[in-house]
Amino acid sequence: MEQMVYITHSEAETEDLGARIARDLPDGSVVAFYGELGSGKTAFVRGMARGMGIAAPVSSPTFTIVNEYLGPRSLFHFDMYRLGSADELYDIGWEDYLGRNGVCAVEWSENVEDAFEGDEIVVTFRKLGDTAREITVEGGPDRC
Amino acid sequence: MLILAIESSCDETAVALVEDGRRVLTDQIFSQADLHAVYGGVVPEIAARSHLEVISLLADRALDAAGVGRGDIDAVACTYAPGLIGAVLVGVNFAKSAALALGVPLIPVHHIRGHIAANYLAYPDLTPPFLCLAISGGNTMLVDVRDYTDLRVLGRTRDDAAGECFDKSARVLGLGYPGGKPIDDLAKQGDDTRYELPRPYVSGENPYDMSFSGLKTAVINIAHHAEQMSQALDKPGLAASLCRAVSESLVGRTMAAAQELGYDKLAVAGGVAANSRIRADFEAACRKAGVALYVPPLRLCGDNAAMIGAQGYYEFLAGHTADSSLNAYATMEL
Repeated sequence: MEQMVYITHSEAETEDLGARIARDLPDGSVVAFYGELGSGKTAFVRGMARGMGIAAPVSSPTFTIVNEYLGPRSLFHFDMYRLGSADELYDIGWEDYLGRNGVCAVEWSENVEDAFEGDEIVVTFRKLGDTAREITVEGGPDRC
Repeated sequence: MLILAIESSCDETAVALVEDGRRVLTDQIFSQADLHAVYGGVVPEIAARSHLEVISLLADRALDAAGVGRGDIDAVACTYAPGLIGAVLVGVNFAKSAALALGVPLIPVHHIRGHIAANYLAYPDLTPPFLCLAISGGNTMLVDVRDYTDLRVLGRTRDDAAGECFDKSARVLGLGYPGGKPIDDLAKQGDDTRYELPRPYVSGENPYDMSFSGLKTAVINIAHHAEQMSQALDKPGLAASLCRAVSESLVGRTMAAAQELGYDKLAVAGGVAANSRIRADFEAACRKAGVALYVPPLRLCGDNAAMIGAQGYYEFLAGHTADSSLNAYATMEL
């Protein structure tokens, strides 16, 4: 499995990286995020939306669990923080989303690991300082 | 006109009966505590199934409480967006079936429009146009309410909602969930100048857009640095500094919008309106600017069906009804 390590120095750079990664992501991809609160996950997804040509404003899905951005390429943005286990994925229609051929971006993947089938792209965020982040991307197609 | 209103967009299942958009006959909310009592089991916080299990029960209870029969219902209104899709679907399908069975119109209502309409229930004299700030755990939006069904979003959060900033900061400070109330309580004992927190500047041309993610990260960094340096964290001071920063972000933009649009009426909707710092700052700013401030009681700020019945009435008057092909949507513009 290919592994790429990126260092970003600001939220804007994290967003740009998300845009780059998403640009040629195949439809139907699942991107699983790992990393603590405030490490830039939502900023990264905002960049992904931009990279996929989605103009709608992207905000945090924490409250509703999932935000849908429909377009020529659709993005489904999940935040699994409030989910206790992979079992509860049934309640949010996870499998329906997988069948809709969009890109699923999943924050707090830690909570639902059992649901993944091993073909997901894993993005791990590590804080290096107040704004600097180390972002590791594994399993995605070769790029950048 | 008597409207049976259904709300199931998130954790709460709710049914209300509302007359002419202004008078609540009954407002039933099924909380998790009720569920535990009735079914005696563990209920997943967000289960669509739990909505399904209680919704007809709750509708019967609403009719009993209001003392009206099914034949008295003139229309059925329901939240159809935005929300947790499986949960919204339950309410939409129940409403569709009820409207079909009763032979009355079906009225789809946007959840956030409902939150704004909670003000019509709390303040019978309030009529559009006015400015509304919708602030909750899931939304932060500044809305130009030109008419009951003509609403324009002036600005919104670019990332986290204001309530989410409180929730996530509370998590870092070990205060539990939801975080709004404990942060508010702690802030009352703290010095609001204790910590320097950013007032997020949002790039781009919209001066009314907001951002709270950076504020949350700053709180996390302060807590983290204190731990690393083995220094005591002044939690009340941090809570007070946070409330001040959030309040200044909200009040500043909202009052600027009121002035620019020439509004002398400001309504606040959503659970974050309960924060005492934000409320006090709005009261002071509105007094100074000669703007009338409307803040509904907490019961109407959270998710409920009465607000859906209120907005549903005005949607009906505007001709916004649906047939049984109505679908539910997880995300939808106001």
